[in-house]
This record gives sequence, C-alpha cells and structure tokens, in this order.
Amino acid sequence: MGELSKEQFEERLGSICTRRFGSPIENLKRLSGGASQESWTFVCDGQAYVLRRNPRGVQTSQNALPKASEAAIISAAAEAGIAVPKISFICDEDDGIGEAYVMDFIEGETIARKILRDAEFDAVRPNLAAQCGTMLAALHNIDVSALPDLPFSDAVGELEKYAGYLKAGGHPFPVFELAIKWLGDNLPEKRAPALVHGDFRNGNIMVSPRDGLVALLDWELTHIGDPMEDLGWPCVPSWRFGQHDMPVGGFGARADMYDAYRAAGGEIDEKATRFWEILGTLKWGIMCGVLMVSAFESGADPSIERGSIGRRASETEIDLLRMLMGED
Amino acid sequence: MQDKPSAEKLLGAARAFLNDTAMPQLSGHAAFHARVAGNVLDILARELELAPGFNRAETARLESLLGETGTLKELNRKLCDKIATGEMDLSDEKLKIHLIKTTMGKLAIDQPRYQGYKTAKANGWPEEDSGETIK
Repeated sequence: MGELSKEQFEERLGSICTRRFGSPIENLKRLSGGASQESWTFVCDGQAYVLRRNPRGVQTSQNALPKASEAAIISAAAEAGIAVPKISFICDEDDGIGEAYVMDFIEGETIARKILRDAEFDAVRPNLAAQCGTMLAALHNIDVSALPDLPFSDAVGELEKYAGYLKAGGHPFPVFELAIKWLGDNLPEKRAPALVHGDFRNGNIMVSPRDGLVALLDWELTHIGDPMEDLGWPCVPSWRFGQHDMPVGGFGARADMYDAYRAAGGEIDEKATRFWEILGTLKWGIMCGVLMVSAFESGADPSIERGSIGRRASETEIDLLRMLMGED
Repeated sequence: MQDKPSAEKLLGAARAFLNDTAMPQLSGHAAFHARVAGNVLDILARELELAPGFNRAETARLESLLGETGTLKELNRKLCDKIATGEMDLSDEKLKIHLIKTTMGKLAIDQPRYQGYKTAKANGWPEEDSGETIK
C-alpha cells in the first residue's frame, strides 16, 4: 500500500472513530513540527484528540519504537504519576492508516521559541528547569522489570551506533571524529539501568501559562539505559533555541534541574551529564549531517525541509569545538 | 563561460519571487516550506560568493597539516583518520586553528545567524580566510 492522500486518510480515520466512539470526526488538521512523524488534531463527539502516526516508508529515527509499545510506555508513565496525555486507542493493521495511536488533546504550548519568548510564559519559565528535574526523577524511578520489552542502549551503545552511522555515511567530518575520540576516552561510570525517555528536551514538553510543565510527549525513542542521558540531552546547545546562557532548554540553569532531581530522590553524576551533553550534540549533528541527508538524497523524503536540515550539522560542529575546549 | 544573467542575479530574482509573490499567497505547511526554500536560496547565494575562496584556504591548511596534496575530500578523510587514531588532537595548535576556521567558514555560509557562531565571533574566534592570497 502506498502513502494515503489526505482525503483517504480522513475517510479512514472517520470510519475508525465512528466505530470506536460512535461519532464522525470534524476539523482534522495537521500540526507542524515533528520532522520524523506526523501529528494530527481532530474533534470527535465534542472531545479534541491528537493522532500520532509514522508516515509510511520514511524512516528517519532509526531507533523509533513501534507505535503500540510507545503507547504502552506512556500508560506506564501515567501510572507513575508523570504528566502525559491519556491514550485512547492504538490503531491496528485493519484500520489501514499505518502505525498510529490516538490520545486526548491537552491544552498547552510545545513550540520551543514561543515558550522562551512569549510573555504569557514569563511567570512559569523560571520554574521549568526544576519541574523537568522532578519529572525525570519520577521517570527514572519506574521499575523497568514491569515494562514491555524495550531496546537497551547505554553510553557505549549510543556512541557506537552513531559512530557507525557516520562511518556508513562516508562524508568526512573531522570535528565529529574529534568528539568521538573524546567521548570514547571519557565514558561515564556504569550505573543501574533505568527507563530513559530518549528525547527529553524543549520542543517535546508541553507548557501551559498557568501550570508550567503539563505533559511529556514524543516517547518514540524511549529505551533502557543510563538515566543521565535524559539530563544531558535538554542542555544540548541546539535545544536552547538561541538562549545560550540558559543551558536547560533555553529556560533554566543546570543547578535548578539537578537540585529538583536530587530532592525527588535521584542521584546525579555531573561527569556523566557532561558526557551526554557532548554525545547529544554529536548525535544531533550526525542526525542532520548524515541521516537526514541520506533520507533526502535517497528520495525517501525529498522535501526542502529535510534537505535543508543537513546544513545544520555545522552548528553542532561549532558547539562541539567549544565544548571540547572546555567552554559551556 | 556561462552567459548572463549571472547565477547571483538569477538567485536574487527567485528569492524576490518567493518573498514578494509566492509567500503572501501561502498558508500553513506550504508557507513554512516556502520560508525554508527561501533560506536555502540564501545559503546558495552565500556559497556561490564565499565557498571558492574558503575551499582554497582549507585545502592549503590541510596540505600543510598533513604534508601531502589531494582533493578536499581526500585530505579531510586523511585528517579524520589521524584524529580517530589519536595521532592528532586539540593540543596541536595548528589543528585547532584549522578546525575553528573551517567550521567558522561553514557557518558563514550555512547559518550566519546561529547564536553559537555569533558567540564564537564575539569571543575572538577567527573567521575563515578568503583564500585570496593563497595560490
């Protein structure tokens, strides 16, 4: 089956919702953002929903979980008291719209630049880093033995995976090689494996002007590994969206996130978080400069958006050079 | 030799069409993609202007660092190998300056508005050389 047109997709989603909710859908809209998967909003029987879907044939996040596992993890996180949208149902093969699930719509903002700049978030912004720390401590405290099977990837695994992508891509990036060498020489100490969100950053959190952090989204890269990964990734310079002096997501200080994490029972290894900040910067660089470029050049995603992301690799090179010279 | 109009002038006209005619008529996803397309044209315009000189400067530095000649890609591959084995690292001042200038050159073309690039300039990091004095 090829990719569905919007009309075909709308018709199929309509009949799925009629079957499950007893009502047709209205107001189907594609949300922008989310380069590797689609998000849609719609209304059914007076209630607003979000549908998350993997477009067919385009694989840019090579480690993405099947949508059914992603939905199961979100439900487990909800039980652990983590703010997430409630999953309504997971689509099966007979539904004919590909891998997808439907969840309740939550009111809030996910666009990073708006969270950082719009005045309506002024009051909640100073608390966001601490809210992130509290949320991550709860996440990392979940008993992994009770979860469905998830991929395992720790520091060595992630480093090898991305070094492998770089090698397979064939284009030379001397600064990336320098980072790989440094990371190999500075591997963090092993600690008990935990549930790692894997994409915890500004852009994947939902923020409301009243309550601050109200939901954690984008669970497709969730895995078992080193919890310090989730404390390093939000501080990657590309996720500060121009607010470089605010290391956590462009909105807060590391100490605020770390203190809240510790207060909620978590243990921080600052050498490890630094390792993950540098590895995270390298990973984003390789995603841009190798994986996105390969999806673009192979024709899997020939869009101008995908192609132009390739030229963002250089921003991670300058950030890596600065970090490897010991700067922030 | 290509005839007129020059590549720069044609790009400028394409950019003006996108900005003045196409974009005001678009909304939603299409408007977003038009903005991205405009940014891509800007990258191309800067690349046409700057890359020939930058590439000459980068090649000259690589030849001096590695003590051999070759294409930019070959020389960069050799440099990657030497870094991967630990034979060269940032304690080598010449390598450090080379990587800084090369990266600054990429940003001057790809993303001159990136904050990390502006910060680097403010901190006194040298820009890529224009390559004009290098044969």
